Amino acid sequence: MAEPKTKYDRQLRIWGEQGQAALEKASICLLNCGPTGSETLKNLVLGGIGSITVVDGFKVENGDLGNNFMVNESSLGQPKAKCVCGFLQELNDAVKARFIEENPVTLIETNPSFFSQFTLVIATQLVEDSMVKLDRICRDANVMLIFARSYGLSGFVRISVKEHTVIESKPDHFLDDLRLNNPWPELKKFTENIDLDTSDPVVHKHIPYILILVKIAEEWAKNHGGRLPSSREDKKEFKELIKAKMSATDEDNYKEAIDASFKVFASPGISSDLKRILDDTRAEVESNTPDFWVMVAALKEFIANEGGGEAPLDGSIPDMTSSTELYVNLQKLYQAKAEADFLVVEERVRNILKKIGRDPYSISKTVIKSFCKNARKLTVCRYKPIEEEFNSPILPELQKYLTDEEYSVAVGFYILLRAVDRFSANYNAFPGQFDGAMDDDISRLKTTAVSLLGDLGCNGSTLTEDLINEMCRYGAAELHAVAAYIGGVASQEVIKLITRQFVPMSGTFIFNGIDHKSQLLSL
Amino acid sequence: MADLRSSSRSRDLDKLLLRPGHLVGPTFEPGAQLRDDLQEYVRILVVGAGGLGCELLKDLALSGFRNLEVIDMDRIEVSNLNRQFLFRLEDVGEPKAEVAAKRVMERVSGVNIVPHFCRIEDKELEFYSEFSIIVLGLDSIEARSYINAVACGFLEYDANDEPLEETMKPMVDGGTEGFKGHARVILPGMTPCFECTIWLFPPQVKFPLCTLAETPRTAAHCIEYAHLIKWDEVHSGKSFDPDNPDHMQWVYLEAAKRAQLFGIPGVTYSLTQGVVKNIIPAIASTNAIISAACALETLKIASGCSKTLSNYLTYNGLEGLHTKVTEFVRDKDCLVCGPGIFMELETSITLKLFIDQLEEHPKLLMSGASVTVRGKNLYMAAPPLLEEMTRSNLAIPLFELMDKSPTGIVHVTGTAGKGDKRQSCLRKLRVAFKANGITDTDMAGGA
Ligand SMILES: [Zn+2]
Repeated sequence: MAEPKTKYDRQLRIWGEQGQAALEKASICLLNCGPTGSETLKNLVLGGIGSITVVDGFKVENGDLGNNFMVNESSLGQPKAKCVCGFLQELNDAVKARFIEENPVTLIETNPSFFSQFTLVIATQLVEDSMVKLDRICRDANVMLIFARSYGLSGFVRISVKEHTVIESKPDHFLDDLRLNNPWPELKKFTENIDLDTSDPVVHKHIPYILILVKIAEEWAKNHGGRLPSSREDKKEFKELIKAKMSATDEDNYKEAIDASFKVFASPGISSDLKRILDDTRAEVESNTPDFWVMVAALKEFIANEGGGEAPLDGSIPDMTSSTELYVNLQKLYQAKAEADFLVVEERVRNILKKIGRDPYSISKTVIKSFCKNARKLTVCRYKPIEEEFNSPILPELQKYLTDEEYSVAVGFYILLRAVDRFSANYNAFPGQFDGAMDDDISRLKTTAVSLLGDLGCNGSTLTEDLINEMCRYGAAELHAVAAYIGGVASQEVIKLITRQFVPMSGTFIFNGIDHKSQLLSL
Repeated sequence: MADLRSSSRSRDLDKLLLRPGHLVGPTFEPGAQLRDDLQEYVRILVVGAGGLGCELLKDLALSGFRNLEVIDMDRIEVSNLNRQFLFRLEDVGEPKAEVAAKRVMERVSGVNIVPHFCRIEDKELEFYSEFSIIVLGLDSIEARSYINAVACGFLEYDANDEPLEETMKPMVDGGTEGFKGHARVILPGMTPCFECTIWLFPPQVKFPLCTLAETPRTAAHCIEYAHLIKWDEVHSGKSFDPDNPDHMQWVYLEAAKRAQLFGIPGVTYSLTQGVVKNIIPAIASTNAIISAACALETLKIASGCSKTLSNYLTYNGLEGLHTKVTEFVRDKDCLVCGPGIFMELETSITLKLFIDQLEEHPKLLMSGASVTVRGKNLYMAAPPLLEEMTRSNLAIPLFELMDKSPTGIVHVTGTAGKGDKRQSCLRKLRVAFKANGITDTDMAGGA
């Protein structure tokens, strides 16, 4: 067996050992192992997911060899679940792989408790009726669920989880928390020993911009009745003030200060996203409130009290031109403040836990620390039951998509992907699945789509003939490249859900394989 | 079910290739013939057998193509196994191209994949000209740039500077980093080539040496100090090998010492590797998404079975899921996909003099050039054996070496650019020979 640290090196750099541990603990169930399902699992098995259970009731036939890499000639006539499972096991011997030869639809109907053993269920190529039933089962059992489907050059991915909370959302670009416009006493004190007018040129060009900006902001406020720059003229004047302190044109630290001056102008306090989380009713703690929300309650108290309107400091500073000594000392200063904030939040978390009758130490220091460090980036995702979306989608949104050029193909596919299921319920086959009845199928699918639109409250809306035609042409084909794309998307979302890092997608992702103008629909 | 199709291997693909549609490419001619032609006549080259390459070979083999070739100079490493699904632990040390080709052929019968275990520069231009479409699964800008220049080099223009479609060599390019990736379609002469939009790939920011030497602040500064400065000081003459674990360990320990001296936190062995080797994080799912998009576009270009991506797709799964299609525009003056740098020459100019002119030409500044015309090497600056074989051409007039044709395309490879930005590159020249002694009338008119 390979050293996991080396084998997983390239992904450990993304989600770290904690993320990896979460993957290795997870137990995944796959329903239907055509190419869409097989490819989804393949990406997870490679990454070292804990265990997989492949459920499929079909035997391998010739057509499967043309679109599924996990089966080959020797698999013909054998249970598909067994063959796919066997190949996946070859990819990573650290994964526990098993299969069940049974039709997922039957399993959903007859054995709902089967699903409660899993961390997450990946349901591929299911029709609407089964999706709705499975969604109810998984919600009741608190099992995460993701739907994926490939259909010709179209397809979708949809997460269905009641609530998913993320501490480590790891956004790409996020304004760092330097408190330049609101320095705490120790930072203020630290800047007092800095002389921007020093005559030593080496010292002058190695003052980090944090200190330059705190000092100049202080000076500016002193001359402006205590307020900070807000208008355009103010900001210009402020930048001029920085420029005036420059003693040579090659001083990178002053250039950086000018570039970072917007950090002084930013309004203090918390973002509206964070405010919404603090105001969520889930933050009104009860005895069974999840840890995340207990910490949110503590955070809310902190912000209202010790924080003075600010979240705990995250304690990191970006690299900037500076002498080593000043930079390292500054780093220590920020870390000390972050540690102090954390200790206050920790105390509040313990008190809340005590109050609701739980073990005050049931949430670890590490978790609370990470929560504090990421307090400004907390994310909460909620997904409505699939049945609700199917029966009563958000009408204004749907109507907007139907009339918006950018969305026309995506929403067309959305409606048609649902219409083909109604079609198959009526005619025992998907439109265009067999040659010969194409013209009939096209007009039947059109009628089905129109009546579906009517049921959704969009009377009078139509889809283009071209797209209806296209859907019949697909004839429910599961093309390998499309399946690999959809499976890739599904597996990426699964990783985000299981590691509880990064932000999973919201809404329904509609794949548009015609020109790649895929869209997320929030219905 | 008594449907004959259900027993056909191309059950699913046939729906797309045999049936007419409205949202398709202009050249689409559905039918069994199309499916058979894809299998028989279309030849695809996959450049790179890594994270994208493995996926691409599988995707293309299952998208109706049977003649595939793959080129890659690397050998399999343990850290590949989290995503390069065609490789097993026992394959470590083997050439990627060979193992990848073997594995796909084992599973998909009827597909033939020819592996090439070598550098992309080792192949003659002619090698690349054989393919219908070139698909790139690379992680280096230099390699992309090279293949792009090769493929664009085949493009010919008519007298009105309009590209000749039959000389167009389409490329499909993919790239990933962590949860993000891109896929693009390059139709040289029609859509922007890699060089037209080179600004999409900004050069990596390097730390100033004075920061490393005098004011280190981060763990990365300490690592780069050990790697770039201290190593040479201590190991005079012995060059650093990033694949040698002893070397890496030495750099790590030196970096750790320096970090301790300055009170800088965060130096770890893993970070040392990351910084020194410039490791790009990579995961299976993103590679799968991007490769699938590339394979699908390849199928569309080859068959016309749907519209093509126009022309750049980005995927970002970091915060939610964002996909975006951007239609970039061509740089009409692009040195690579444009009509080429026009040079008017005397018929008497020797190959040697021509090569000297390349050095002075303001748009080229190319030294040590090798010269190729229609796949034939007129002069090769390296390796020595080829140099010796082609040296005698230097004294012969270029006009004669080009079979006395009045105009033609010449490919030159050499080192170009100024100062420390010098790099090896390939350029296309459109040469025209002055009719004996008489200046071209157009030129005279413009003077
Ligand atoms: Zn170009």
